[in-house]
Amino acid sequence: MNDQSHKWIGKRTIRPDGADKVTGRAAYAADATMPGMVWGKVLRSPHPHAVIKSIDTSKAEALPGVKAVATAADFVDFPVDTPVPLGIQDMRWMSRNMLAKEKVLFHGHPIAAVAATSEEIAAEACALIEVDYDVLPFAIEIDDALAKDAPILHDFIEFEGRKSNIAGTLEHKLGDVEAGFAEADVIVERSFTTKPVHQGYIETHACVVSVAPDDRTTIWSSSQGQFMVRAMTAYLTGIPQSHIKAIPAEIGGGFGGKTIVYLEPVATILSKKSGRPVKMVMTREEVMRATGPTSGSKSTVKIGAKKDGTIVAGQGTFYLQAGCLPGSPIRGAAGCAFAPYDIKNVHSFGYDVVSNRSKVAAYRAPGAPIGAFAVECVLDEVAEKLGMDPLKLRLKNAAKEGTKAAHGPTFPRIGYAETVEEALNSTHYKTPLTGKYQGRGVASGFWFNAGGESSAQVNITEDGNVVVTTGHPDIGGSRASIANITAELLGIDYDQVSVQIGDTATIGYSNLTGGSRVLFASAMVVTESTEQVIEQLKGRAAKIWGIDPSQVVWENGEARPMGEHSANFPSMSLEELAAKANATGGPIGAGSQSNTVGAEGGFATHVCDVEVDVDLGIVRVIRYTCFQDVGRAIHPSYVEGQLQGGMAQGIGWALNEEYIYDKNGRVDNPGFLDYRMPVCSDLPMLDCGIIEIPNPKHPQGVRGVGEVPLVPGPAAVRNAVYDALGIRIDDLPLSPPSVLAAIDANSRQAAE
Amino acid sequence: MSDIRYLAPQTLDDAVAQYAAAAGAARILAGGTDLLVQMRSGLKKPSTIVDVKKIPELTAIEETADGGFRVGAAVAGAVLEEHPTFGKVWPGVLEGLNLIGSTQIQGRASMGGNLCNGSPAGDSVPALVAAGAVATIAGPDGTRELKVEDVPAGPGKTNLKPGEILVSFTFPARPKGSSDAYLRMIPRTEMDIAVVGVGVSLTLENGTCTAARVGLGAVAPTVLLVHGAAEAIIGTKLDDAAIEKAAAACSAACNPIDDKRGTIAYRTKVAGVLFKRTLAIAAERAGRA
Repeated sequence: MNDQSHKWIGKRTIRPDGADKVTGRAAYAADATMPGMVWGKVLRSPHPHAVIKSIDTSKAEALPGVKAVATAADFVDFPVDTPVPLGIQDMRWMSRNMLAKEKVLFHGHPIAAVAATSEEIAAEACALIEVDYDVLPFAIEIDDALAKDAPILHDFIEFEGRKSNIAGTLEHKLGDVEAGFAEADVIVERSFTTKPVHQGYIETHACVVSVAPDDRTTIWSSSQGQFMVRAMTAYLTGIPQSHIKAIPAEIGGGFGGKTIVYLEPVATILSKKSGRPVKMVMTREEVMRATGPTSGSKSTVKIGAKKDGTIVAGQGTFYLQAGCLPGSPIRGAAGCAFAPYDIKNVHSFGYDVVSNRSKVAAYRAPGAPIGAFAVECVLDEVAEKLGMDPLKLRLKNAAKEGTKAAHGPTFPRIGYAETVEEALNSTHYKTPLTGKYQGRGVASGFWFNAGGESSAQVNITEDGNVVVTTGHPDIGGSRASIANITAELLGIDYDQVSVQIGDTATIGYSNLTGGSRVLFASAMVVTESTEQVIEQLKGRAAKIWGIDPSQVVWENGEARPMGEHSANFPSMSLEELAAKANATGGPIGAGSQSNTVGAEGGFATHVCDVEVDVDLGIVRVIRYTCFQDVGRAIHPSYVEGQLQGGMAQGIGWALNEEYIYDKNGRVDNPGFLDYRMPVCSDLPMLDCGIIEIPNPKHPQGVRGVGEVPLVPGPAAVRNAVYDALGIRIDDLPLSPPSVLAAIDANSRQAAE
Repeated sequence: MSDIRYLAPQTLDDAVAQYAAAAGAARILAGGTDLLVQMRSGLKKPSTIVDVKKIPELTAIEETADGGFRVGAAVAGAVLEEHPTFGKVWPGVLEGLNLIGSTQIQGRASMGGNLCNGSPAGDSVPALVAAGAVATIAGPDGTRELKVEDVPAGPGKTNLKPGEILVSFTFPARPKGSSDAYLRMIPRTEMDIAVVGVGVSLTLENGTCTAARVGLGAVAPTVLLVHGAAEAIIGTKLDDAAIEKAAAACSAACNPIDDKRGTIAYRTKVAGVLFKRTLAIAAERAGRA
């Protein structure tokens, strides 16, 4: 691969889905419609915690226009004592999240669903469903859930011999931290909290499902994985996977939040019961109340270092909100927190805490920003105590090839140190700040990245063009990147390649779009398929020329005879070979399926400048640069898009995003007005320092790029605010009221 | 959902008659940027909608005989912005109105709708209060006038009587050396709702403040006219002591709530800070050297 000309790899080609998206032609899930279609709506819990004593749907069923009503009783039962894992999910929890079974566990928890001839009638019917509740006390925050007399969400969860809201733990240990701290000259320990933040995709969850009388089921939906939709729908409805065709619609953002299902199995049962296609579209309020944000957290991190800057011990305790059912990303928090550093003694402990909030869903490097926030803030203080530049402290302790990470692996060639060096040498870092209340912060981050199962089919059309089919929804420009790679390998024009995302009936199993895995994994199977196609093309040319296939080379999109035959035959183009395909052995094409391995971790270092309006408590980010090892930027525009998106979300997490609950346990800001994600004018240009240390285990050198750019953000912003104000604020978000309160408390303290 | 009757009268008399006839089940539609959102969320379920955008009195911008302005209650922000002179005389009123929503919303949103929606955080209201604007109201019993600060009665409520329609705002003529300004505090830079909003209108003669009014939004159940702040600066050359006293009056006038948009402590402090910044802009515009 390294001896190729790179005509297309690294080029900013026009994305294949671009024209449709800018002209409004792209078909998202909510655009789907079918003759005879009816509308599904969900009845949601008015209480944050209650036992469901009975559900009476008779009045709803009697309402004219109502075609079907469904409750948890219509779905497959998953007893709580028998785990049914699917990927990182468990169907016991997925089923109870989709429709409450024994109890409602958060305000907004779905209880029943109605299909009717209009959305209005469906909503009216929902209001006619009578639910008899035994209302229970509730716990929203981690401290409430861990209190001695806390209401217990699940009787079947025990921790340390008692019923508990701690649903699980995870521990990573390396060396001996106590011995490490004993060696330290400087020790810093601090506790932090972060709020749950939503993925904030613009497109709300939506689907249309049609079930035929023989149970053959077709699903159009917006998700990060049509195979995930198929599998979960099959589990939850009992319809076999072979009967379900899940068609991926264009997706209007996911960021991890669309790696599970909320609607598809419900619409499937409503369609099966009504005999009609059923459409369901969530409102923004439903999205904010009942779909996963990522966890809120509280954590304590202690780091010890010697005078020369060598970090000798790191200890972290991370409590993460799971929401109402088990499964917070403690692995991301506890596993990634210390990973950028070569530390001999590490102890990292994670707690999975359930409370009466919506169940968390994956969000871009799930858990990792929480762990990094605590560690990177403490490192900032360690550097200050040592009188060391915070980047030089990181560089001195940078993990490198051969470093044993606390979460298990020994790193191969990685590019972490390079991200710090690039940051240190950057114009950004070297440019002095000018304002009184300006400050600069830095932070690093790590994400595991993933490989896993992918399938691809590469077919040569009769007119000599190429259709590539893969099985992953494209949420970050993967189609354009795959087209770049295919055009490069075949030596043909980019425009000759069409990349399709197949439905579950047309392409082999492909794991979902997540874990920064898609380009890594799909490039591998597309490369294998394309290489097989090239072998076929060489064979066809050999057959036409009557020579041995080993005497044919494929170059610049043509088969050319070599050696003794090189002057005997004119080279043959893809078009010519395609035209003769039937005479030389039939259609040309190849598929490949693989469980890919070798997705090595990703590292980034961020530099953030802020300016604080100290009278109003407003923090503005005025300059921001992400330095990241991306392996190989197959399509630089979409690598930058990933980096910039991650930076923007990290800034939002740091500054204003938070779930606010009222005293009745209800989300008080279920919309984009009061759930404040950054708007364009809130952000400066987000600069990208792309570093390319090719992944040796990938044909094009790809490393996942999509998730690690979120990881350092919150800490980089918080450290910059410290630099501006001299005040270490340990609780996110750094919203104006909290920043002003910290400034006022600090000046009162100074006055005393 | 039941059917909704939509009426679009061409005259004020027709509008008053139709609105009164609907007897409480009707809502007035100006730009609709609040009403339609409230209907979608199920908060309001009117059986009749009376669209007032076809009525000349509600859509006109006139210069009055005494040198002031009369602006129809349904005039959209984008339309008022294009007026050749209004924004020169009342830049603060205009900037308050123009802060409502996005560019698209500006094509619809009006001062009348903003005031009648009754939100204490309405962006156009503090500057209207500071301007001393007077609302003309038409109803079944005839026409009456009400000072803008007397229109809101509490969150989501006004002092308009059943069947009454807000027609227009009258702005007084301005002596030389007068101007105004509006500032709001929002956590973001755009697309947000005021946590505190301050309107200041004043007149300067040879550097001395001879007249001033201060409107304060989002810090109490209704937008406040802060007499104490105005009194603290009238007769002064806007020296620091006077400004501090006026800022303290603004903070003292606050009667806010702790909510998702800000704390009591935050709003109270920021009211003073924002007053000082708004005053500086208004004074600059009024020609302070």
